[in-house]
Formats: sequence, C-alpha cells, structure tokens
Amino acid sequence: MSILDIRGLTVEFPSRKENFVASRNVNLSVDPGKILGVVGESGAGKSTVGNATIGLLEHPGRIAHGEIHLAGQRIDNLTPEKYRELRGKRIGMIFQDPLTSLDPLQTIEFQLMETIRLHLPLSKQEAKARAIELLDQVGIPNPAERIGQYPHQFSGGMRQRVVIALALCADPEVIIADEPTTALDVSIQAQILDLMKKLCSEKNVAMLVITHDMGVIADLTDHVAVMYRGDLVEYGESKQVLGAPKHPYTQSLIAAVPRPDVKVHRFPQVDYIEGSAKPFKQIDISTHWLGKARDYKAVNGPLLSVKDITMKFLTKDAWRSKNREYFTALDKVGFDIHAGETFGLVGESGSGKSTVARVITGLYHPAGGTAHFAGQELTSLTDKKQVLAMRRQMQMIFQDPFSSLNSRMRVRDIVAEPIKFHKLASSNSQVSQIVDDLLEHVGLGVAAAAKFPHEFSGGQRQRISIARALATRPRFLVCDEPTSALDVSIQAQILNLLKDLQDELGLTMLFISHDLAVIRQMCNRIGVMRHGQLLEVSETEELFDKPKHPYTAELLSLMPSMDGLSRQNLEKQFA
Amino acid sequence: MFGFISRRIAMALVVMFVVALISFLLFRFVGDPVNQMVGVETTPEQREALRQRLGLNDPVFTQFFRYVLGAIQFDFGNSYQFKQPVADLIGRRLPATLELSFASAIFALLLGIPMGVYTGLNRDSWLSKMFLSVSLVGISLPTFFIGILFIFFFSVTLQWLPSFGRGEVVQIAPFWDTGFLTISGLKALILPAVTLGLYQMTLIMRLIRAEMLEVMRTDHIKFARARGLPNRSVYYIHALKNTMVPVITITGLQLGSIIAFAVITETVFQWPGMGILFLQAVQNVDIPIMAAYLLLTAFIFVVINLTVDILYIVIDPRLRTERSRA
Repeated sequence: MSILDIRGLTVEFPSRKENFVASRNVNLSVDPGKILGVVGESGAGKSTVGNATIGLLEHPGRIAHGEIHLAGQRIDNLTPEKYRELRGKRIGMIFQDPLTSLDPLQTIEFQLMETIRLHLPLSKQEAKARAIELLDQVGIPNPAERIGQYPHQFSGGMRQRVVIALALCADPEVIIADEPTTALDVSIQAQILDLMKKLCSEKNVAMLVITHDMGVIADLTDHVAVMYRGDLVEYGESKQVLGAPKHPYTQSLIAAVPRPDVKVHRFPQVDYIEGSAKPFKQIDISTHWLGKARDYKAVNGPLLSVKDITMKFLTKDAWRSKNREYFTALDKVGFDIHAGETFGLVGESGSGKSTVARVITGLYHPAGGTAHFAGQELTSLTDKKQVLAMRRQMQMIFQDPFSSLNSRMRVRDIVAEPIKFHKLASSNSQVSQIVDDLLEHVGLGVAAAAKFPHEFSGGQRQRISIARALATRPRFLVCDEPTSALDVSIQAQILNLLKDLQDELGLTMLFISHDLAVIRQMCNRIGVMRHGQLLEVSETEELFDKPKHPYTAELLSLMPSMDGLSRQNLEKQFA
Repeated sequence: MFGFISRRIAMALVVMFVVALISFLLFRFVGDPVNQMVGVETTPEQREALRQRLGLNDPVFTQFFRYVLGAIQFDFGNSYQFKQPVADLIGRRLPATLELSFASAIFALLLGIPMGVYTGLNRDSWLSKMFLSVSLVGISLPTFFIGILFIFFFSVTLQWLPSFGRGEVVQIAPFWDTGFLTISGLKALILPAVTLGLYQMTLIMRLIRAEMLEVMRTDHIKFARARGLPNRSVYYIHALKNTMVPVITITGLQLGSIIAFAVITETVFQWPGMGILFLQAVQNVDIPIMAAYLLLTAFIFVVINLTVDILYIVIDPRLRTERSRA
C-alpha cells in the first residue's frame, strides 16, 4: 500500500494572457522505505509536483484536477490551516540550496527546537535532546556543541545535513527532496545521497526526489518518473527506465548525459528538446572576417605557460604586516597549454580553479609567479596598448548566463561592443554585418540581434556569450564552468558548439569544470586541483585509466555510476 | 566584539576632534568676536583689554587646546546675545528637543513597522493601497505645511489640542523639564511629534515593505513554511528580523536628523527647543551657540552611528565573525 498517491494531478497557473499548465495528468505513488525519482529538465513541471504535494504552490498556481492522497486520506482539499499542520509533521521537504534554506539570523538550535516543539508535545529539555540526536543521525560531529551555532558557521554539505535534520524533526512519513544535491560538490553529493538512502531504509520514509541529474536517479532511486513539459512521459522501475527507455524523450535525455567512461568525439545531439534546430547559415571561415586576419605568429613551445603562480587574499588586516593573515588561494600552480589544445582544470568548489582563470585573464594580480602568453609576460604587463592587445587575444565565457550579460543592452550591442572597442571593423555597416554573421554562426539567427538578454533561455544566452567572446577574434578562450548552469541537453549543444568553433578557428581553450564527465569529453589534458594546489597534470585518457594522485582516484570513484544507463543503441540513434 | 567596539569608539573620537577643530575655526575666522561683543564707542584700549581677557592673543594651539578642554567640561563660552553660558542655554532647551524627537521616532516606528509588514504581505489588499497612497501624501508635503494644516484642523477648528508651546512641565532633574508627566504636556506633544515623525514613518513603512517583499521570496522562508511553521512566526521571527539591517541604518540616520534639524517643526509650533535657539543664533551671528550646536549635532550622530553599528552585530551573527576577521 503506497503512502503517497498522486492521481491525475493537473496544476495550472492562470494569468491574464493564458492558462499555463505546469503539470498535466500526473500519476505517481511511493511506498514507505522507497525512493521515487522525478526527472526532467527546467520547465518540465517536476518541482510543481513537489510543491503541490506539500501544498506550497506559488501564487497563482492551483490544482485544476486530480487528487493527492497521504496514507489513504485525501489531502489536496484540506484547508490551508490543516495543510500547514501536515507540513513538517507528516510531509517534510528538503530544498536545493543549503546556503539559503536556513534562516541566517537564528541558531540551528532555535530552528530545530522551534520545529520540534511545534509538532511534538515535548518539554524544552526533551526537544533539545531530540535535536541533538537528530544532528547526530544526519552525521554532524559534536552535535551538542555545534547546535548553538549559526548556519554560516557550517559548510555547504553540513548545512544540507542540518536541512535534512530539520525535515526529519517530527518523523514525517514522506520527504520531498527538490534537487537536494545540485548545489554540492561531488564528494559531498555522494555523502548526502548515502545519508538519504540510509535514512530512507532506517526510518521507513517514502521519498520523492526531484532532480535533473540522471546520475542521482541511477544512484538513489527505486522508481523513476520522467517528465517533459508538464507531461509524465515514462514511469517505472529505475533499472527498467534507465536500461531500456521506451519514450524517445527519455532516450534522448539519457543519450545527452556526458559519458564518464569513454571519450567520444561529439556529444549526441538531441533535437527533441529545444524544438527542431533550424539550419542556420554557416559562414565560410576561410574567407570571412572572423577567420581572416588571424595572423597570430606561431609560437615555439606552449602558447600559455604558467609557472609558480601564487595568489593570496587578505583575511585579517592589521597595522603591522606580520600580523596580517592571508588565505592562500593558489599555491605555486604551474602548467603549459599548447596551441590548439583544450586544457581542463577540475576540482571542487574552493579549489582555486576560477582563480587561475582570473589571474590569466588579468582580473587578479598574483602575489608571485609568472605567466607567459605567446612569449609575453602577463603578470607584469603595464603598458595600456599591450594590455589591450592581450585582452583581445583572450576571451572569457562565464558560468552564469543570467548575470554575465548586461540586461539593458540589446544583443546586437552586446556583441558589437568588443568589435567597436578594439576597432576591429572599418565601418558601422561592417560591424552589424559581422554581428549578424556571428549570431548565425553560434546558432541564434539574425532575429536575435534586436532582442534583450532576458528574452532568451539559459542555453541561448550562453550562445550570446560565445558570440561576444568570438567578436574580438581571440585565439585563447577561457571557459569557466560554461555549462554547469544548463540542462544536459542544452549542455550537449553548447559543448558541441565550442568543439566546432575550436576546430574551425584553431582556438586554444582553458576549460574549467567540476564535472569529470564533461572534462573528459572536452579536454586533451587535465589538471586536478585541490586547496589551491595543482595535484597532477595528465593526458585525459591516462588520468581516467591510471590516476597518479590518490585524490584524483577518489574523485573518479565518486562519479555517479551510469552503469544502468543503456547507451550503445542510443548513441547510434542520436550521434 | 570588544575590539570592534573600542575601534569604533576610537574612530568616533577622531570625528569629534575634527568637528571640534572646525567649530573652533568658526570662532576665529568668521568675523571678529570682539566686534560682536562691544558697542561702537568702545575705545581701542578697551578692545585690547577684552582681547587679552578672552585669551584671543594667545597662540592658536593654546586657544584650541583651551577650547577643547572647555568643551569636554561642557564649557562653550558665553553667548553674545544672551550674555549667558552657552551650556546653560542649550541645556535648558535640549530636553524639549529630545522629548519631541523621541516621541516622533516612537510614533514613526510603532506605526511604520506594522504598516510596512502589512503592506509587504498583503500587496493587493485595499488597505495596503490606501496606506501607500496616504503615505505618498506624507512624503511629498513639506513639514511646515502639514504642521499648519494640523494646527488649523485640530487646534483652530476642533480645538482639541494646543497649537504652540510645551504645556505644563515638571522638573525632574536640575537640567531636565519634562512634558511627559502632565496631561497638557502630553497633549502639546502630539501635534509636533506627529508632524515631525510623519516623513520618517512613511520612509520606514516603505523600506520595510520593500524588504519584506524581498525576504518573503527567499528560500529560508519557503523552508520555514515547508516545516509547517504558522504564519505568525514565519512573518515576525524569520522574515521581519531579516529586514532589520537596512531599516536600522535608515532609522538611525533619520533619528539623528530629527534631533538636529527639528528647526522647522519647532518654529511652526513655537516649541521651546534647540531649533529656535539655533535659528536666533544664526540671525544674530551668535557664534558660540552655533559652534556648540555643531559639536552637539556631531556628537549625536556619532553616538547614533555607534549604536547602529553595535545593533548590526547584535542582529546579524554573520557580521560578528566577518568583523573580527576584516
């Protein structure tokens, strides 16, 4: 007998213009002690199902049809007050970002006690004992001491454990986890997933896990439901669905997941997802402006050579310099990047990968060490003309496609700005011709030029960023987590685009990512970073086959296993 | 925490020192004080004697040192127009201004915070819309006009409240006459306090409303709801406290300006506070009063800023560690 039963759930968001249906006729059920995964890409309606179940649909959303039953009792028609009593007591919820899920101004103790005493008739001492016990269960060391601390005194992974403890306060029968590990590093993700599995079997809780990550689904769930634009397209046992997907969407979704195990030349292109990709005009690079005047002198040896770069940030200021304290973000990092190759940097958050990118592009001045680009020293570059020339040769693509574009400029102006700034075109008409061509070439089309960034999806915005980066005709691209904010299918498209551009233009790339699978597909050589140190640099295949450093081996072992995914036949279909 | 506060106090002392320097220079360079003090028929010898007596012939540093030493002991010299010690003049009027400012700040906070919370939570209710449009009037009409309107309506037409003065006062300390203890004193306080606090109330309300709208969208509020917390604790424990940091900043600065610049309201209501004293001092070039007023204003702002900084740390635990590190 299933504890949570969702029958024919249709949620709609009525507005003046249209009646947006976020989920359509969804049927799901979860048994105690089992984990059901709901997977899909952004806008698929998976979070809507979770929010509807816990009765927290955002205004003006409402359940148009369908019923939700908890332990045989219908709950979707409860009054708001009755529903509130249910929340936390019988249905718990875990959110995506542990950094923002806790009230920053109250202690952990206050938040735990408040929740426990709300739902359970316990005295203060009993509630505190329970709170400490819960923290212990979710794996927080020294719970009796740490309970008095504030959220900011915990690391991301520890905060997610606190969030889980809060969800467990009243021993709920059902827990809904909305992207519980998306904001976490791989090693932390593995720990949290283990914890969730353990709690699920020990406490016999039913879990509804909402995620976009096929790895989490393969690792954690017993059953899986695949959603696509509000529809439940496939539903069944996880092994069954992942091993032999029936619906074409599921098939394409699985195919788009970057393979951690084998290097393939191109990512399987998934046309099912973002509409049909219209064929855009391709420009002939050999004759076009973009390809011409790429008369960079050939370099002997590496294009970029970084030696012993050290970067320190002041953490405690003092009058006397010996009392000042520093955080060492980079500790003697050194590597070479040869012309035409893609060099990958991989590591967890805080390992210093992005700092490397910023030092190379001149955004930070390092405390020590040298960086040579095409034979020229970068860190001591002061002449304005030389700095400008260097900036033109190096461009950067950032992680967040939402904040890296000026929202008040039209796409045309965004892409034209670097051309005009570096005076790379002779006339305005030539500039607008180049902008049009660039937009075509990155797969956006000329019509995009007149629009503003907010009119585009994340993947399209990342294409704008790429067009902007290409507009200076650079020879070196720094890509800092260019796809980690994107859905897998979009990620595959963007990565393919980057690969194509690299082939056409002979670009050299520094590719930074926390995702080993992506790194494996993109890079020729890889550097592994931790705590500001570069632990090892190897050829890609060598690194995956025979990792030298124990930390690399640990990272590799933590990659979610995709063994259950059926790949062979799909690849033929989509490659 | 202790280190932080002592650093702040040291900074405050530097600020006070600089202000003292400015107000001292005001003394020296804005006209000759002797000219202000004596009549036309005073002989040059008499003038010179006066100079000598006042110590105006001493080196600048000695004079400044004497001035600061005096200021620390609340000795700001004698007023030119009243021929009385400035400290006495200000001391007699300070309670009136402080009581008025305090009452109007309380009025602004007690009404502004709940109205802000309400309008932030119920964006579309007619009451919110009414609060917002009425407050728009409060923020756009000049203070003196509102004061005159109030006098016309409540004093002249309805004759409920007095239109000027402080009413009966009770002396509770040598320097402190309070209007809080008599009915006529309280009645006299209402109109000027409301007039003075209306703008601040509007500001606080709008600020809290904007912050509430922002905070209610955050994840931790959603998580608080998902834990089943009742609305009351979501709103007042988790949401309101998170709006407080900017509100305290603005309230502190506003309180400072209420105290220092109550001039207009005090003039409209003939309130015997520092504002009127200051206005007269400006008209009669009474430099000792102006200089002392400058020092006092700076002192009030410094104290308020210090309090605001300490309140930040009390409210937001994240600042405690960052401050000690930064």
